[in-house]
Amino acid sequence: MSSVAQKSGFGATLWDWLTTVDHKKIGILYLLGGLFFFVLGGIEAMIIRLQLITPNNDLVSAGLFNDLITMHGTTMIFLAAMPILFGFMNAIMPLQIGARDVAFPFINSLGFWMFAFGGLFLNISWLFGEVPDAGWTSYASLSLHSPGHGVDFYAIGLQIAGGGTLMAGINFLVTIINMRAPGMTYMRMPLFTWTTFVASAMILFAFPPLTVGLFFLTFDRMFSGNFFDHTMGGNTIIWEHIFWIFGHPEVYILILPAFGIFSEVFSVFARKRLFGYTAMVFATVLIGFLGFMVWAHHMFTVGLGPTANAIFAVATMAIAVPTGVKIFNWLLTIWGGSIKVTTPMLYALGFIPSFVMGGVTGVMQGAAPLDYQLHDSYFIVAHFHYVIVGGVVLAIFAGLHYWWPKMFGTMLNEFLGKITFVFFFIGFHLTFLIQHWLGFWGMPRRVWTFMDGQGWNLANFISTIGALLMAIGFTVMVINIIMTTVKNERVGNDPWGDGRTLEWAIPSPPPFYNFPATPLIRGLDTLWVEKMEGSKEMITPAEPITDIHMPHGSIIPMLMSLGLFIAGFGAMFHQETSWGLGVLIFGLAFTFVTMATRSVKDDLGYYVTKEQILQDQENLKRGRN
Amino acid sequence: MIKGLKKWRLFSLLALFAVFMAGCGNEEISTFQPAGQVANDQFKLLLLASGIMLLVIIVVVIIYTVALLRFRRSKLGEDHIPEQVEGSHTLELIWTFIPIVLLLILAIPTVHYTYKLGDVKAMEAVDDEGNAENLVVDVTAKLYWWEFEYPDLGIVTAQELVVPTDEKVYFNLIAADVKHSFWIPSVGGKLDTNVENVNKFYLSFEKESEGLKDGVFYGKCAELCGPSHALMDFKVKTLPRDQFDNWVAAMQKTAEEPVVANADGEEVFAQSCIGCHAVSGVGESGAQGPNLASFGDRNRVAGYLEHDEENLKEWIRDTQKLKPGNTMPSFSKDQISDEDLDALAEYLMGLKVAK
Repeated sequence: MSSVAQKSGFGATLWDWLTTVDHKKIGILYLLGGLFFFVLGGIEAMIIRLQLITPNNDLVSAGLFNDLITMHGTTMIFLAAMPILFGFMNAIMPLQIGARDVAFPFINSLGFWMFAFGGLFLNISWLFGEVPDAGWTSYASLSLHSPGHGVDFYAIGLQIAGGGTLMAGINFLVTIINMRAPGMTYMRMPLFTWTTFVASAMILFAFPPLTVGLFFLTFDRMFSGNFFDHTMGGNTIIWEHIFWIFGHPEVYILILPAFGIFSEVFSVFARKRLFGYTAMVFATVLIGFLGFMVWAHHMFTVGLGPTANAIFAVATMAIAVPTGVKIFNWLLTIWGGSIKVTTPMLYALGFIPSFVMGGVTGVMQGAAPLDYQLHDSYFIVAHFHYVIVGGVVLAIFAGLHYWWPKMFGTMLNEFLGKITFVFFFIGFHLTFLIQHWLGFWGMPRRVWTFMDGQGWNLANFISTIGALLMAIGFTVMVINIIMTTVKNERVGNDPWGDGRTLEWAIPSPPPFYNFPATPLIRGLDTLWVEKMEGSKEMITPAEPITDIHMPHGSIIPMLMSLGLFIAGFGAMFHQETSWGLGVLIFGLAFTFVTMATRSVKDDLGYYVTKEQILQDQENLKRGRN
Repeated sequence: MIKGLKKWRLFSLLALFAVFMAGCGNEEISTFQPAGQVANDQFKLLLLASGIMLLVIIVVVIIYTVALLRFRRSKLGEDHIPEQVEGSHTLELIWTFIPIVLLLILAIPTVHYTYKLGDVKAMEAVDDEGNAENLVVDVTAKLYWWEFEYPDLGIVTAQELVVPTDEKVYFNLIAADVKHSFWIPSVGGKLDTNVENVNKFYLSFEKESEGLKDGVFYGKCAELCGPSHALMDFKVKTLPRDQFDNWVAAMQKTAEEPVVANADGEEVFAQSCIGCHAVSGVGESGAQGPNLASFGDRNRVAGYLEHDEENLKEWIRDTQKLKPGNTMPSFSKDQISDEDLDALAEYLMGLKVAK
């Protein structure tokens, strides 16, 4: 064992996690961080639905309601869905391509800590009592008008977290391009790796506009800028464009990895090769491209004129084609397969009808004149929850059950998993299906209450009951996770029995260097190929076992992010306090010093010796017998 | 387990179906009961889109169900290894091209209606004498109320839009503070009121509002605009052309012949309210507070409360409680005594132009 792994005790363990650059541990950190924020966002959602259970309800005030919807949306998108997906990408993608780690382990850690501090910054607003309240879109006229520091928390918190996301995206791109094992050609990569690749490329192009937009907003609110103030020659519509040029690709950044997870799950539990692999890859890339060309469909009612609306309407509809290709290829994957309904498969099977519903309502809104009615009504609330919950969240739950054994070495309870699914799935449809009709019946979104006598009472009541069922389902899942962790029954390499990709060829959880010898990839579904040929070792090495070079852990990424976190408070308070400017400068200086330290201090890493790897292998074999 | 699941699904589906069948929403606010050409065009597009999408859903659900029933491992046996099919070019082509055709069927009317509903050329049209041929209404959205000016008629009102039926009414939309969005669901889709530019569109009202539950169509603000976004409602009264002309004439007369239901109330008004509110319907938009010339005819106090003196008085006493974040000050007993408030309420409720 290495010197790092030999330390024990709480302090040493904590230090290990704070300084880790191991992609599997960072994956777990992302997962836990994301789940924490998922719970926060979920609580916010429950309060929203309870407020709307009856007309004229006064559970929360109008101002607090706007805080809740803003934080619910922002938290779920930026701090829950993306980090959890990043968790899977980190933990699994390098294993799928036969790599020992990501390309830049240090930056990987930095990305996580920036997300963590950004999320913390955003949510500290609750303690200050000044919470972002201009919606997760923070449209400029309202976000400039919003009093207090609420929107400042939004602008700076997202800026820090967004920087982390951008780094993670670049890191994944470089990893997939450069670190594939011998024989792992692009067209042999598992679909989850492919979708990670395309989503990362989208992050690379979508996040810079957000960064720019948030800087504009920061300057307008905190440093007397006038980018969006129309009385000073600014323009609020520019924010809407910038936001959606980021915001629409963002939706695909979330859904593509979800597609990847389902592609893995369908093929494993139907025991069949993914149908139309090539078409699936091209559909993924095409969705990635088209995702950048449709942002103005969020702005059909802004008054861009009929020509712009018509162009963006047709472009939007075009996205339905590659998405449809994907749906049919999944159907044909399970067609003729041998379907085993495990918990992950149950989520995947639940996903198909749910996501098709969300997809078709998307096309309906793509029809611009129809969207004039649907836009900003409850119909859109129903639509994007069908896509995000019915697509992304179901994928997260599927991935959680599917990869839990690989990440933690234990198997989540299948029975409780199915209970979770039943409650969550029924609750989900009960909550959101009826909201389509609420939209048709004229209910605008983001309303903190509604008057009696508009025909909306029963539908809102049903919707709230559905939300409660979802909460019950999620609670069962948390119980499941706790029980499984306490029981701690270890599992082998391939606990599902039908694993097809490389991650199932190595122990669960894998040793910190992943592969004793870099594997040789001999086809799509590497492990399946080896299994069918009856290979005993389940993996063909591409090289003899030699010493492995590994990076040291480092506390610097956390300190760098901490500096930005401190600077954020300085920026926010610099106008009204004397210490603000000092704190801003201190925080930035702190970050620069840590960066300089990193540059000056040479860290050459260390070697895991050949003897030690052989010893590990020996121990594993003995443990197995 | 799965059986129980099916039962549950069936139950919830039935419940939802019942809700759906229970109605197409309320006539004064539902997009399912279009009361004008624009809403009707949009409704037709909705039916077409829903039809196509239903077709897609049915196809998917059939393949899905059959696959799920036929290819279970419990039937095929634990050791069954399915054939590892690579894919099929023919199938890929089929499910690429059929959706393209379906989308084209939807795209053509979409483009057609986009241009049709965006056509506001007739807005500027004038007859030989230089009078505007069509009714134009300038809408200004403010925190949290609506101002409606009729520039060619020289009148202005607020909170309750009055329009003639069976003709196109053109709108100029702008916001005075933050962005709002102008939406009358049963008459047509929404258009945003931006802060920096005027948006133009038209609606046509083809049903008189008289027979409706409250005698008005409901209008909504559809863009988050602050704490009281949910309360930023307005109402729409649609009248036959001759009655509309009468209403316009009555509004124009309010400048010379003000209605005074309570003289004391008028005095209170002159002291406390007139700085922001006008009681003459003649004028332009840009007021601090809603024009009250036709207040007594309106349907709601503060846009959403039952229209009675009790609510009116409560509103004047504590505006922030009833509509958080709005810009009207509250008036304590020191500022307006209880008796004065009674008089003021009677005066305001007496401000009527309709018979």
